[in-house]
Amino acid sequence: MIEPFLALPVVDHPAAAARFNADEARTDWHDRSIWHAREKRDLAARAVPEWEALREAASQIKVHTLSRLDEYLAAFEAKAAANGIHVHWAKDAGEHNRIVGDLLDRHGARRIVKSKSMLTEECRLNPYLEARGIEVVDTDLGERIVQLRGEPPSHLVAPAIHVKKEEIGALFHERLGTLEGATDPQYLTEAARQDLRARFLAADAALTGVNFAVAETGGFVVVTNEGNADLGVHLAPLHIACMGLEKIIPKAEHLGVFLRLLARSATGQALSVYTSHFHRPRAGQQMHLVLVDNGRSTHLGRADFRSALKCIRCGACLNTCPVYRRSGGHSYGSTIPGPIGAILTPGLGLEKYRSLPFASTLCGSCSDVCPVKIDIPRQLYAWRQIIARQGHQTAGKRWAVRMAGTVLAQPALYRLLGRLLRWALRTLPRRLIYHRRNVWGRHREVPEAPRQSFHAWYTRHRTKR
Amino acid sequence: MSSRDAILQALRQNRPPASPLPEPPAFPAPDVDLAAHFRRVIHEIGGEAVDVDADAVAATLARAYPGLTHVASTVPGYGNGPGPLQAVRDPHDLAGLELLVCRGRLGVAENGAVWLPESELIHRAAPFLTQHLAVLLEKERIVWNMHEAYARLRIEEEGFGVLVSGPSKTADIEQALVLGAHGPRSLMVLLLA
Repeated sequence: MIEPFLALPVVDHPAAAARFNADEARTDWHDRSIWHAREKRDLAARAVPEWEALREAASQIKVHTLSRLDEYLAAFEAKAAANGIHVHWAKDAGEHNRIVGDLLDRHGARRIVKSKSMLTEECRLNPYLEARGIEVVDTDLGERIVQLRGEPPSHLVAPAIHVKKEEIGALFHERLGTLEGATDPQYLTEAARQDLRARFLAADAALTGVNFAVAETGGFVVVTNEGNADLGVHLAPLHIACMGLEKIIPKAEHLGVFLRLLARSATGQALSVYTSHFHRPRAGQQMHLVLVDNGRSTHLGRADFRSALKCIRCGACLNTCPVYRRSGGHSYGSTIPGPIGAILTPGLGLEKYRSLPFASTLCGSCSDVCPVKIDIPRQLYAWRQIIARQGHQTAGKRWAVRMAGTVLAQPALYRLLGRLLRWALRTLPRRLIYHRRNVWGRHREVPEAPRQSFHAWYTRHRTKR
Repeated sequence: MSSRDAILQALRQNRPPASPLPEPPAFPAPDVDLAAHFRRVIHEIGGEAVDVDADAVAATLARAYPGLTHVASTVPGYGNGPGPLQAVRDPHDLAGLELLVCRGRLGVAENGAVWLPESELIHRAAPFLTQHLAVLLEKERIVWNMHEAYARLRIEEEGFGVLVSGPSKTADIEQALVLGAHGPRSLMVLLLA
């Protein structure tokens, strides 16, 4: 498998989460504001009586499509080419970046505007193009904020959800010349609008992601609320759309199913403001589409994990996840954060991302809200087993699990240790029980130790009868 | 081997077991007044929808957008009609557009979306560059949900088409809703009997 990132150190989610949690007030704010998105989703979903039937249909369409991905992509390519769209294939992030860079060079494009695309984040396209001397401007407001801050997005749908308006005000004051101390979202958005409007008009090329590509018609659909994708592509002489292989759907009628689910799951809107359907370039324009594998075909072969490729990137599993809400998107150290990232990313490098499948309580809320019914908790559990078998766990956890195995396999030893533990909890001083090695007790009280074990109580009870 | 062939071969090798394509779901409209529902949803998403008699459209527009000078229309009979837009060669020249008046081909009651195909826009960039967007829609073109919409539309018929639901918006700063992110600051749908 091609590893798209530089060989960075192993991602340590618990350590990153602990750093995030150091600011308790901010963690609470983050938790609350993301839960707000979950509540909006609930209202929107409940307003649709056939919600569950839609989820089931969406899931089945995706499962079917994945079972014939090669056919649908080939059919799409032929139709798209007939429509006048140039289709390119990229095995990995490097090839994707080269294709885009070469296209831009061929058109002499120096200034490009880009709308949201998690795929180009995954491929690290921006730094690649910047190294080739190309100015890349992210035009989604949230993406622009994180670009100016020099960070990756922390959320699939709301890239700057972790940033406070005071911080955005200070950033815009420095970079866009807004008034010092200004924090009004309306005012700050207007400033970004004015700045970006000029960049749209000056751009030599526009890049977009793809939400859905339709095999039957050879066209693709891009969804935004701001209109930034459209402003870019309808002005620039060159449109490059970048798409992961799994974004293909068989027919136009399937758009009805997915679009009814996507925005409601993401933001609680019945539909995003702009759902743009591209089938042919406008006169004088070139339209290119890059189909990117970058590990997806390998992932398709993993029977236990392939259903993660059904994902439509709505972010609902992030919003509902108690761990994501309290650890922030950056703590995952992966392009796709949250529960879905924790099952997709280990496929890109198990050793590096071994802590991600453990960033979950396995509460199952993520699959309850998933619009395409991905069984996220089961996959998290399956990754954990693989990680343990391959010895990617920390020494402490390995030791603890081995000890537990030994003790649980020997009833006499288990009962002896139980008695010892109950005695210890009653007798030992607090500072010994809440020793720093007691990770569980760091934020919780250890339960009160009963006088006798259940086994002892049960034996006595049965004997009396 | 080309990347294309390598990818397709890998996909074939890793094919999951066959799984049938489900029948297209159909969820028929509840017993509601489609136009009334559509109007209500448009209001909820920050737009405006008004019932207008065909001969009152010009007056309604004049009342709703006083003092605008850069107005373009793709509809014959309103403003200066499509002529001036057709004369524009480069969409960059539309940067100063204040109001675009165009016709919608279809409305969706469940989400307040209007289908604007390229032929109703003349320039694809126009409904995004303009500060305000006014769409004329015949009430009988409103369907209940997205399934009905896609059953009626042929999305590949034109090179570009967009479903617009509401004015351009963002909530990227602390989830505070702001209308007029990059595109139009307002949307008005004029419903014709």
